[in-house]
Amino acid sequence: MEKEFNTFKNVIRLPHKYAAGPTYTKFYNGLKESKILGTRCPSCAVTFVPARSFCPKCMKNLDTWVEVAQEGEVQTWTYAGKDFFGIPGKAPVVIVLVKLDGTEGSFLHLIGGINLESADTVKKALRKGTRVKAVWNEEKKGHMLDIKYFAPLSKKR
Amino acid sequence: MGRPVAILGSGQTVHGRRFDVSYPELVKEAVDAVFETTGISPADIDGVVFGTMPSMMEGVALTHFYFADVLRSVGKPILKTETCGSTGVSLAITGYYWIASGMADLVLVVGSEKMHEGDAQATMTTVLEPFYQRFFISGAPGVFSMQSQGWTVRFGIPEDKIRAAATKLSIDHHHDAFDNPYAHIKKRLTEDEVNNARIITYPVRLWDVCPTSDGACAMLFASEKAAKKLGKKVAWVKGVGYSGDEYWFGDSDKAEWQCAISASRQAYEMAGIKNPRKELDVAEVYNPFTFQELLFYECFGFCGFGEACDLTLKGVFGRDGELPISPSGGVLCTNPIGATGLNRVAEAALQVTGQAGAHQIPGAKTSLAHAMGGVVQFNGVMILGSEK
Repeated sequence: MEKEFNTFKNVIRLPHKYAAGPTYTKFYNGLKESKILGTRCPSCAVTFVPARSFCPKCMKNLDTWVEVAQEGEVQTWTYAGKDFFGIPGKAPVVIVLVKLDGTEGSFLHLIGGINLESADTVKKALRKGTRVKAVWNEEKKGHMLDIKYFAPLSKKR
Repeated sequence: MGRPVAILGSGQTVHGRRFDVSYPELVKEAVDAVFETTGISPADIDGVVFGTMPSMMEGVALTHFYFADVLRSVGKPILKTETCGSTGVSLAITGYYWIASGMADLVLVVGSEKMHEGDAQATMTTVLEPFYQRFFISGAPGVFSMQSQGWTVRFGIPEDKIRAAATKLSIDHHHDAFDNPYAHIKKRLTEDEVNNARIITYPVRLWDVCPTSDGACAMLFASEKAAKKLGKKVAWVKGVGYSGDEYWFGDSDKAEWQCAISASRQAYEMAGIKNPRKELDVAEVYNPFTFQELLFYECFGFCGFGEACDLTLKGVFGRDGELPISPSGGVLCTNPIGATGLNRVAEAALQVTGQAGAHQIPGAKTSLAHAMGGVVQFNGVMILGSEK
């Protein structure tokens, strides 16, 4: 590995246009109105949010829509202090898995409204079970990031 | 159950930043090495299995076509297997199926990656769906860190204890790598260096994470007939297991991780293993993150849930312990993703044939190889033995 030879630079740009289908479209349209929509399985009664078109366990099509709570509990989280590819916004960020009240928890998003200076400051404000609430951006684009972040409701542990 | 399957040998490249060779030349290095080590002629192989991580890493799609010549696959059937991190064990299992089915007697299995040529973080982002989750869990460290946090909370492990256990693993593996001629990162670390390294994604710090490596691994899988013809000591596949989760991150429990549990139990059942900590002599656990390595000990039944940190700190899983884990230095020191899982199988085979050199576990007769892939979604396990 002592000797390195020529390198050849190449950039591949591949634009895609993904069809959102009726379920994702309805969910995104809900975000535009500051609503978080889920779909409920008629068989196992689980409410999925963000809304899905079928239940992964029962394989039933999901067409029962419910507006779900905008508050919930932190399931798990991580803190990234430096930028990396695909990061939502700018570091530092806290990524969180939230279980919105009355739903099954697969809602990934960001945490804000707390001191993000270091992992230590975040640890003081956040742990499993911390109650959080959605905070919205003024301008809505029909996008996951219409929700600006989830903010802890109080510092009580 | 199929026919008995033997592993005749392996060829690993030296890993690191390999800008001294082009990608096909790198693959050729591993393929040439396995034919040279075993004395098998490329003309005698019945088929080829090849894989990498997703092709966005290479920037060249259909890599099995790109490497057709160096894989000696011209005029022969070729299969491609690709499951991101678990690609290597998926490749080995594909080779195993081919021989066990009776459809082939000699199969060349190759995995490779040249990670310094592309962008691993960006490639892994493309593994995620674009609608709901990609924005938040692009790349690898974030999901693994969330998994670690979930596990720590579930079993009430104090932060200083998990940190101490992770630090011990980091120091030991980076030290073990000095005994592995193919390893990438070899380093003598102090506790302070590991504990105070910069945070990548909390709780994971720099020395808790694997590097990105260039490298390739080639192996020959064979029927009993072909193994006897070779007349040398071979490793035998005693058990295989593979299992995956639901698609969405959040649907499955990543702390008591069902697919890791079930992949290992499938393999144990096939190999007749009841008590893995006693019956295995060495395990090559896929450990790109120290915290995740601890979780795997528990999911694989090496100890009970919540016990891995204490037992690690006691030295149970060290080089001289009851069940030595990743004496090669493991993924933590060397991670060419498409080859990484196959390196685990190659190392497990070297151990049970007594050919692991400076990192040989004396008298090893039964070994485990493991790889994990997808978006913390897949686990594959292979058990090898010195006897059929």
